[in-house]
Amino acid sequence: MTATTFGWLVLLCPLLGTVVIGLGYSRLPGRTPGWIATAAIGLSFACAIVMLIALLHRGENHRELTSSLWNYASSVGVDAKLQILVDPLSVFMVLVVSGVSTLIHLYSISYMTSDRGYSRYFAYLNFFVFSMLLLLLAGNFLLLIVGWAFVGAASYLLISFWYRRTTATRAGIKAFVINVVGDVGLVLGTFFIFTHTGTLDFLHTFAAAPHVFHRDSTDLVVGCLLLLVGAFAKSAQVPLHTWLPDAMEGPTPVSALIHAATMVTAGVYLIARMHPLFELAPTAADVGAVGGCLTLLMAGTIGLAVTDIKRVIAYSTMSQIGYMIMGVSAGAYSGALFLLMAHAFFKALLFMAAGSLIGAMAGNQSLDRMSGFRRALPFTFGCFVIGGMALSGLPPFSGWFSKDDILAYLNHRGGGFEIMGIAGYIGAILTAIYTFRMIFRAFLGDPCPEAKELAEGHLAHAEAPTNPQTGEVEDTDVGFPGPEHHIAEREWPMKIAMGTLALLATVGGFLQIPGVDDAIRNFLAPTFAGSRLAAAAPTTGADWIGLVIGGAIAVVGVAVAYRIWVLAPGTATVIRERFAPLYQLFVNKWYFDELIDFTIVRPALWFGQVAETVLDRTLVGDVITGGTVGVVGAVSAAVRRAQTGFLRYYVALMLLGISGVVIYFLISS
Amino acid sequence: MAIGWYLVVSALIFSIGAAGVLVRRSPLVILLCLELMLNAANLALVAFSRMWGGEDGQVFALIVMVIAACEVTVGLGLIVAMHRRQLPIDVDDLRELQG
Amino acid sequence: MSAVLFFIAAIGAIAGAIGVVMLRNSFYSVLSLVCHLVSLAALFLLLRAEFVAAAQVIVYAGAVMVLYVFVVAYVGGGEEIPTRSGLRLLGPLLALALAVELCVALLGTALKGISGKGAPYLPGFGTPEHIGKLFLTKYLFPFEVASLLLLVAAIGAIVLARRRRGLEPDEELEARYHPPLPSWVGSMAEAGGLTHFEETPGRQEPPPSPESPARPETEPIGSQS
Repeated sequence: MTATTFGWLVLLCPLLGTVVIGLGYSRLPGRTPGWIATAAIGLSFACAIVMLIALLHRGENHRELTSSLWNYASSVGVDAKLQILVDPLSVFMVLVVSGVSTLIHLYSISYMTSDRGYSRYFAYLNFFVFSMLLLLLAGNFLLLIVGWAFVGAASYLLISFWYRRTTATRAGIKAFVINVVGDVGLVLGTFFIFTHTGTLDFLHTFAAAPHVFHRDSTDLVVGCLLLLVGAFAKSAQVPLHTWLPDAMEGPTPVSALIHAATMVTAGVYLIARMHPLFELAPTAADVGAVGGCLTLLMAGTIGLAVTDIKRVIAYSTMSQIGYMIMGVSAGAYSGALFLLMAHAFFKALLFMAAGSLIGAMAGNQSLDRMSGFRRALPFTFGCFVIGGMALSGLPPFSGWFSKDDILAYLNHRGGGFEIMGIAGYIGAILTAIYTFRMIFRAFLGDPCPEAKELAEGHLAHAEAPTNPQTGEVEDTDVGFPGPEHHIAEREWPMKIAMGTLALLATVGGFLQIPGVDDAIRNFLAPTFAGSRLAAAAPTTGADWIGLVIGGAIAVVGVAVAYRIWVLAPGTATVIRERFAPLYQLFVNKWYFDELIDFTIVRPALWFGQVAETVLDRTLVGDVITGGTVGVVGAVSAAVRRAQTGFLRYYVALMLLGISGVVIYFLISS
Repeated sequence: MAIGWYLVVSALIFSIGAAGVLVRRSPLVILLCLELMLNAANLALVAFSRMWGGEDGQVFALIVMVIAACEVTVGLGLIVAMHRRQLPIDVDDLRELQG
Repeated sequence: MSAVLFFIAAIGAIAGAIGVVMLRNSFYSVLSLVCHLVSLAALFLLLRAEFVAAAQVIVYAGAVMVLYVFVVAYVGGGEEIPTRSGLRLLGPLLALALAVELCVALLGTALKGISGKGAPYLPGFGTPEHIGKLFLTKYLFPFEVASLLLLVAAIGAIVLARRRRGLEPDEELEARYHPPLPSWVGSMAEAGGLTHFEETPGRQEPPPSPESPARPETEPIGSQS
């Protein structure tokens, strides 16, 4: 069986999982839906590995395979086919996504026990993985858009999973609306490109692009900018990023999967896939890089100020994706994808560990109330530390190799990109600081009451389940989280998943050590074969200099964090008071929510109200409908006056009619 | 006499009957005027049958007579029913089917 | 000779017709119609339609008019109030227009036969023998249908004019003649939003019966109105 057959199997397994769980949701007992879902994704991962092996068996120049199952419309001149593209880039992404998804499913089996919506959760999660794989394996714009939209829908379903929480449903709507803006950008961008190339197929588009577009032609730039809108919305970059922190309303494994490892990386994948177009439109690529750079700085600063632990990790995701977008727009394809892989590992790990910590805190997510969990949660602490070190870029973890791969490339490229590279190093310091702020605050110091309870062997329970954001009291029926909380120390599926990810986060970096092995770059080479930018890689020496600088910066950052939060505990408060306006800016997320509310939401609401009163009620209701009714009524009233009821008038009319007819015939003859 | 004369008489009787229907208010007299019109038609039919030489017109006239008889029966039955219910025997006052 | 007879009969017919229309007393109108019918029978005879003339006198003037006389006697002639001015002028005017038109149509056409005296006379024209033959061969179907029609008319007349059985209480009678309408149903007037039907001025009050002046709807047995 060929690689593409396994590609179809990769897509089929999660789809079957969704269908089976969805149809049998009330009949599958206990945790069976969880096991079915995990098995489905595990099978998908196995098929992905076979797909990889099959691909590697082929020669280097024969690694771009397409397979089409169905031709939708060949008559309109649009080649809309149900087609997948199996090439190194898609195989790489599929491996990452399906692998991390399997582990997260395993984690969820025990994390979501006691939630009344257990089966629904796994059906949605499988559907999400199916959509993401569809997006990655799509061989033409059509399936890409389909997968893109499905992923947005799955994200909405999972963010508002606890649908009786108002905050969750609002967050889901916010995410969906912003994603739809991105969808529009994607579709319009496709259209702009399609009008010139005349084909939806990726390989044909890329082959035709140099002939149809000249460098920086307007249509191509506009098209690529619109694609960027799509990428930014999906990957939560400025200015379409406001949905990501709110998306933390979903269950923690959802945050791990969607908002760390997979969905938010779709934008990175998009730009990497469309790299021939972006290289032909450097303007658009520059915009992308600048956007990524701004995001990574902004998100880093916000991460220093917020206190909800999941939001800290969310902003770090935003920041890291900023690195990836910056890298992929600038040409550091293999570096950005390497960071994508490593980020998937350590971010999922961090979220999982955070989930365990939140479980120990009986659902509370505020860093202000957490401290001293080191003895009570040793395994979680270890995972947090490993994840944190990888995130900060400490050697020899995967984050170090990957992040500095990108920054070295940027510095090598020079010009404006060098400035972005320096901004990247600043961002790296911020990353290290806020990451270890989180770790030191939660785990070191005096144990908080929940930690003390746990150290005695008793998992804390809140008196009444509450919404972590607003504090309002809930219940534990369907639509709200279940009554039980789970920590990694007690649940072996969680332990296995986190342990595997910790291992991968540690050794994952060794896949691409400059000068020693360039496994990822070599593997991805066929996809980026035609790219000048990819060819212009920095030398090994420059790479190592960058690595050293990066490692040093990371150590400095950790030391700063240690100084502020461990050695001299009151320092944070002093700094906060001294830089109060800056602190306010960071805590309020740079006022983006307020800005969007003022410029977009309020005018839309106002327009809606005007439309309802003026257009709907007055114009359509009173004038058009009422007017028509009135006219018909008046005319009927006038006509009705002929029905007097007088028999003799009727006869008179009849005679009049007859006379008229007879006269007519007399005259005409 | 030429056939045309009979036809003129028929036309005159018909219009007199029509005028009667329009002018009179009692349904009884209106029915009588309807009889007039039917008779006028009968006269025309018989005149034409004489013109053609076949008795078809006369057969038609006999059938018309039958129909007139039926119509009178039913109409008078209506008038009797109206009288029974003490309704006014006046077509101008019986006008509920209006609007 | 026949011309004289024709004119006498024609004038009789037209005079009878005018009498029907113009006489105030409806009994006199009925009598006037009888006269008209007899004149018409004379005209039929002049046209050699013997059987039709006989049928006219026997059936029409004999049976139908007797029926009329009975009903007029039952219902009563009554003085008629003069017509409202609307149709008083318009009616005759329309009729005049119609007469003119009909004459123009009949005489001004290219019918050649009307200037003659008709087809040559065949012996037996208009006799019952010929008419009977036609009825039973060519016009059998109309003949049968006409008899059916007569049956239907007779039944209809009986149903219309029969008296309701016995003395029924007021409410049942009321309900039978004026059943309470459901709220979503109404006459066209109500549906059209016109004002409720009121008593029109000049409507004749039903004459109070001597026995029960307070219950005009019921029918005391044996009383005539």
